[in-house]
Amino acid sequence: MTLPAWLDDLLWTYQTLIHSLGINGLLALAMYVVLACGQLSLGQAAFMGLGAYSGALLTMKAGLPFYLVLPASCVAPVAFALIIGVPTLRLSGVYLAIATIGLGEVLRSAYLNIDALGGALGLNGIPERAETWMIFALLALSLTALVLVGRSRFGRAMEAMREDPTAAAAMGIDVARYHLAALVTSAVLAGIAGCLAAHQSSFIGPNEYGFEPAVTILSFALLGGIGNPFAPIAGAWFLTLLPELMRDLPELRLALNGIIIVLAVLFLPHGLLGWRMRRTPEKLAGGAR
Amino acid sequence: MLLETNGLTRRYAGLVAVDNVDLALKPGGIHALIGPNGAGKTTLFNLLTGLVMPSEGQVRFQGTDITALPAHRRTALGMARTFQNIRLFRSMSVLENVLTGAHSKLSTGLLPTVLRLKSFRAEERAAVAQARAALELVGLEAQAALPAGSLPYGDQRLLEIARALVSRPALLLLDEPAAGMNPAETVQLAALVRRIAQTGTTVLLVEHDMGFVMGLSDSITVLNFGRKIFEGTPAEVRAAPVVVEAYLGARLAARLRASHAATLEVADGPRA
Ligand SMILES: Nc1ncnc2c1ncn2[C@@H]1O[C@H](COP(=O)(O)OP(=O)(O)OP(=O)(O)O)[C@@H](O)[C@H]1O
Ligand SMILES: [Mg+2]
Repeated sequence: MTLPAWLDDLLWTYQTLIHSLGINGLLALAMYVVLACGQLSLGQAAFMGLGAYSGALLTMKAGLPFYLVLPASCVAPVAFALIIGVPTLRLSGVYLAIATIGLGEVLRSAYLNIDALGGALGLNGIPERAETWMIFALLALSLTALVLVGRSRFGRAMEAMREDPTAAAAMGIDVARYHLAALVTSAVLAGIAGCLAAHQSSFIGPNEYGFEPAVTILSFALLGGIGNPFAPIAGAWFLTLLPELMRDLPELRLALNGIIIVLAVLFLPHGLLGWRMRRTPEKLAGGAR
Repeated sequence: MLLETNGLTRRYAGLVAVDNVDLALKPGGIHALIGPNGAGKTTLFNLLTGLVMPSEGQVRFQGTDITALPAHRRTALGMARTFQNIRLFRSMSVLENVLTGAHSKLSTGLLPTVLRLKSFRAEERAAVAQARAALELVGLEAQAALPAGSLPYGDQRLLEIARALVSRPALLLLDEPAAGMNPAETVQLAALVRRIAQTGTTVLLVEHDMGFVMGLSDSITVLNFGRKIFEGTPAEVRAAPVVVEAYLGARLAARLRASHAATLEVADGPRA
């Protein structure tokens, strides 16, 4: 593939930023999947960390090729999603939020204290194997799948249980099973995002996956909206790009996320892209937009 | 028997909402469940549909013990219901609400869905056709594309019926379907319920509108303070002293409470 020189330059100069857009887009989708069916999980950063650490180790210690590392990096996040999800999903929503925050903190201290995981120094010298096209292909693939699933009985079930889980159960929807499936899907998306992130920055550390990143990922969806899967990506891109535009005002940058979230909650209750996705397949609705 | 309960009981702190109720519902026809406010009718519905689990007793549906089954499994077995306090998916369209009611009848997996295979398209097309037919039955086909929450109150009740009907239940449970409807709407509703029963769906309904219940039901069960106090045809119920007493008792108690409150108000009022 040969690109025009100017585009090549642009990609080179802003490579890290462009990669962040793709990776944060995937994280935003991981958040969307759980919020869209009415759950609050704050485990996406923890799932991301599991994908990053396990992916990096598989590359560096086991020497696996990247096309195997990428799917394999979902195993640990999915395992933890099941461990947390199975007992908590039958309880009310706050338990999942608390349990996932707990998971993030437990994992952080594990990364810090296990020598094989690099301790406080993290893991260095991870080969840069995540290509720009890979990141964006995976983002496009995930987005397309979520749109197609959203316009089917699965999407209807997700929205129904977000609106009223009791009525959804009375419609024959197995709410607990859907919640678990959403959490597992979220773990896959976040795990892949983590693996990609690890293989594009060459360094990962224990503090990248704690409480603060968890809240940042939540704010992608809060700002963008959860009425359709494009919205959280828009939120992620906004929050990724805006600080870049304010490079010269570092004090403001720190407070920016907080200010944006407050403004979004007050003035954009449905998010930046507030429209609601149709829940029937294309054409079938017959004018029922 | 289509539906049978055995010593069905539900206790809440300090009260027994449903107390040792035995029901036996034959397939076919329209059955009513009546009783004064707080008699336990909705709680009994919740026990039958699995939204509340019993403290004691069993529920059998079409010969199988479903006491331990969660709500979604009972729906798949052929129960469907509406709610006293309307519970539509308000932001979803009218058509999407009805399609959601058909959830237990749809079986296409994730992969055929994502790949938009023929099996997926055929199933969705059939579901949309059935949903439109259900909307037509209740007279809401023209509103298919509107958000459910934007419908007037009476239409929302009809939409709940369409959403329940689309799963082709053997037993349809209606919790106060006429509440909030004007007399003309109530007459249309009675005709609709009769039509539903004629298609072979057994109807169990809770309703306070006695004209509606007496004119429509084949049999009536009367609850008071969670207990079954009478069972019979509309004529038998009308003539039964226990039923009259239960309702009069409830009304008298309400009146006493009101006058008591008035007395208290006078007593506590500003002193001259
Ligand atoms: N979750 C609950 N916790 C505590 N008490 C409850 C609960 N649900 C119902 N009750 C009580 O159980 C009794 C029966 O309530 P229920 O709603 O079944 O009555 P109902 O016959 O449907 O009344 P109405 O005609 O007013 O709808 C009431 O005294 C009610 O307060
Ligand atoms: Mg009631």
